Amino acid sequence: MKKRLVVVGNGMAGARMVEEILKRKRDIYEIVMFGAEPYGNYNRILLSNVLNQSQAPDEIFLNPLDWYIENKITLHTGVKVTHIDRKEKKVYALKLAEGDVPYTTGIPEEADTDFISVPYDEVIIATGARPFVPRIKGSDFPGTFLFRTIDDCDLIAEYAKNCEKAVVIGGGLLGLEAARGLMTHDLEVSVVEAADQLMPSQLDTEAGRILERAMGAMGLRVLTKTMTSQIVQKRGKVSRVVFSDGGVLDTDLVVISAGIVPITEVAQRSGLKVNHGILCDDQMRTNDPDIYAVGECVEHRGVTYGLVDPIWQQVNVLADVLCGVNIDAVYTGSITGTKLKVMGVDLASMGEKETEDIDDEILIYRDPNRGIYKKLIVRNNKIHGAILLGDVDLSDGLMQLFMNEKTLPENRAEILFGAVEGTSLFDASDLPNSAQICNCNGVCKGDIIAAIENKNCSSVAAIGTETKAGQGCGSCRGAIAQIISSVVGEVAYDASEHYYVPGVPLEKSQLVREIRSQKLKSVSKVLAILGEGMEDPTTKTGLASLLKTLWPKMYEDQRDARFINDRVHANIQKDGTFSVIPRIVAGVTTPEALLRIAQAAVKYKAKMIKFTGGQRIDLLGIKKEDLPAIWKDIGLPSGHGYTKAFRTVKSCVGTDFCRFGLGNSISLAEQVELRFQGIEAPHKVKMAVTGCPRNCAEAYVKDIGVVAIEGGKWEIYIGGAAGATIRKGDLLCTVGSHEDVLKYTSRFFEYYREHAKYLERTYGFVERIGIDLLKGILIDDSLGICANLEEKMQEAVDAYQDPWKEAEDPVYPFQFEGPKLIEVLEKAENNG
Amino acid sequence: MRKEIRINLGPLEGIPMGQGHCFRIEGEDIAVFRTRNGEIFAVENTCPHMKGPLAEGIIGDGKVVCPLHGHRFDLKTGEGSEASECVRSFEMSIENGNVFIAYVPASEENVPC
Repeated sequence: MKKRLVVVGNGMAGARMVEEILKRKRDIYEIVMFGAEPYGNYNRILLSNVLNQSQAPDEIFLNPLDWYIENKITLHTGVKVTHIDRKEKKVYALKLAEGDVPYTTGIPEEADTDFISVPYDEVIIATGARPFVPRIKGSDFPGTFLFRTIDDCDLIAEYAKNCEKAVVIGGGLLGLEAARGLMTHDLEVSVVEAADQLMPSQLDTEAGRILERAMGAMGLRVLTKTMTSQIVQKRGKVSRVVFSDGGVLDTDLVVISAGIVPITEVAQRSGLKVNHGILCDDQMRTNDPDIYAVGECVEHRGVTYGLVDPIWQQVNVLADVLCGVNIDAVYTGSITGTKLKVMGVDLASMGEKETEDIDDEILIYRDPNRGIYKKLIVRNNKIHGAILLGDVDLSDGLMQLFMNEKTLPENRAEILFGAVEGTSLFDASDLPNSAQICNCNGVCKGDIIAAIENKNCSSVAAIGTETKAGQGCGSCRGAIAQIISSVVGEVAYDASEHYYVPGVPLEKSQLVREIRSQKLKSVSKVLAILGEGMEDPTTKTGLASLLKTLWPKMYEDQRDARFINDRVHANIQKDGTFSVIPRIVAGVTTPEALLRIAQAAVKYKAKMIKFTGGQRIDLLGIKKEDLPAIWKDIGLPSGHGYTKAFRTVKSCVGTDFCRFGLGNSISLAEQVELRFQGIEAPHKVKMAVTGCPRNCAEAYVKDIGVVAIEGGKWEIYIGGAAGATIRKGDLLCTVGSHEDVLKYTSRFFEYYREHAKYLERTYGFVERIGIDLLKGILIDDSLGICANLEEKMQEAVDAYQDPWKEAEDPVYPFQFEGPKLIEVLEKAENNG
Repeated sequence: MRKEIRINLGPLEGIPMGQGHCFRIEGEDIAVFRTRNGEIFAVENTCPHMKGPLAEGIIGDGKVVCPLHGHRFDLKTGEGSEASECVRSFEMSIENGNVFIAYVPASEENVPC
């Protein structure tokens, strides 16, 4: 069955999103769209053309209503989404009344309570932005307009028929566009800007002045350093604007165009995280894994964007992720440069527009006669900022040099006027072999070329597996692709390298999403519905582990999908016998328990009794058929010394006896072990709690290590290893109480359970994600998921059952039986 | 001369769904498997590599994986994943809910590979 995707917002981002999804996969979603405006989707950038009547509204439509029908998209126009019920998984919306402004903040009042509700599997919020209205008294008088929609254009054009003068508040890009539109209505237009120049975000003062002169020459009056404080009306109509310095300007019409602000109410009412915009991660996911956002409503890495390029980039990444085309696609933010035409004047702007640093080179070329101004700020031989006015022929080349931080030619005239051979663009294939391509993992171009040539790596993923390049933040993946294509001609994409298990063509997060949304609770169901007919044994065990993590209490345990150890809760040995390790919490036991263990060892003829590295007692050489009886005799729960799960907490004696102990490691180790015992994970998880930095319990090299330090504090280390790989764990945080140790270790453990690949130990996982990112996610709650992690871990804790209870009640016939003896009768048939 | 003995191994339910179970026939351990789509297979239980019990292995894609070192054997033909490692396989049938094996004891003529 197709999943239902609800797209909230039918503007440029929302519609482009749907287009990009359909371009990749036509049949994975049933798509429902909501648009507050009564139209299909149009190109908002061209609105000033509608206002100046050089284009009719229908000429700027990108997707007319027929497009939605052709593509079987259910479009609700003139309907505003009010909120998303994330528990019920339904989107609620109300029909706007005629004349309601689509981008107002409120819910339509006294609207009939007939909510439209649409259940969803996934939601994309693309609500865009609304005009920012500065505090100006009287800004609601008739004759004052905002400039955002086709309807706004119609209203302004209609009203302008009876006007002579107009004032545009805001001298930025949009304000100038509005002014241009108004001038075609034969109005005397003034632009009022609070800063001391036009387009203060893109231009320096000098360029602003040059632009101002050019505008003046075209008949536009520009007032800079002027704040509007009030709009005055006369006979029910706007009559003048009053400035904060006391000045006044008569006018018949006011257009406020002073910037935009993200529309976030839907997200807020739905309990999503909103700062300035809706907070999204690098795959445009909000803090609800089923809800995404793109466009002007988004705040990504602290930045909101009002230009189309970043939005197209966001949309492409999300489409790749949702359609499974490239599940590793990440949007890491956009370095924005703009290239535009204002009232016939070309300009381009990128990076910083001013510099204070005396070491920076500033190159300026002025040609006032032709209205040309070029300024380049060069820092460390690279473009730090550039402004081009009047002549933008070189802007594309400069943009490449800027965005790729490419070293500039010695002869600076080339960047001002172009090289003789044309401007060379950035290409990783031009770089020397010593150039570091992946900064996260420190991989140089030479390493990548070696992997291509010697190991036949031809995909970005294969390079990653071989060299780790591109496995960190992912921002160098494009450069890796360039290098591959320069060596072998073509870049292969091997998605299977990212599958959680070989037999299901999905990356872990996608697989999790499918399992949850389709409520798949058994391995055979997952294979039947999501699999590709492959019943690879690693696929089965990986899925069983994941399902047990996802459905702690509701998991349908199919033992045939599990390794023998997990079928009978003991570790198979080379002779086919098993080892029995009872749980001895924190490595602390009693004489009574030791007596029972000793008696059992004698009775069931243990071939060896061994203390393990995790401070446990291991009885080796036990027959499968004896397992239930020996467990009962020992009378302790399973120690899980056989499975991909939480294993042991090693401890030192801590404060009770040790004269150096700083923290009560025994008591903390017991608490931690009783909490996490037996909880399933992508691989085994070993822990230690040690009472002082002498580290007798070897906590620095455990998957999770806790070390007591002076001042009653505990350090939590993650990702340590002391097996085939030796690694000291990374310090996650330092906390002051046992409760906090449990809290942060729970967060990490659950995050690892949910995000690690099957059979990926914590050391690999922590290195792959990076400790800084993990600190952000687990300590600062940068993704807003910590409460959920804690909740999920609690569910797993609550679902814990001692598997050795199966001694009383086997879960499948002959679970603990040895070979069945078959008597062969003498008179057996002889077909020979 | 091949000596094939047809033996009733008991009801199908004697083998857990999707798993194997070991049957000792004339002193030889035979691993019998029941797949989730209802097929029955049987191969020698003892892995030629290090004597791992194949009946305890996971099955999938028509193969069993030895629990000790992951060597794989085709359930139908006994062909192994490693060079010069294979096991004898046996003709199986189900009649009236009972599993029958056409057992052929190991002999000099009956070497798998």
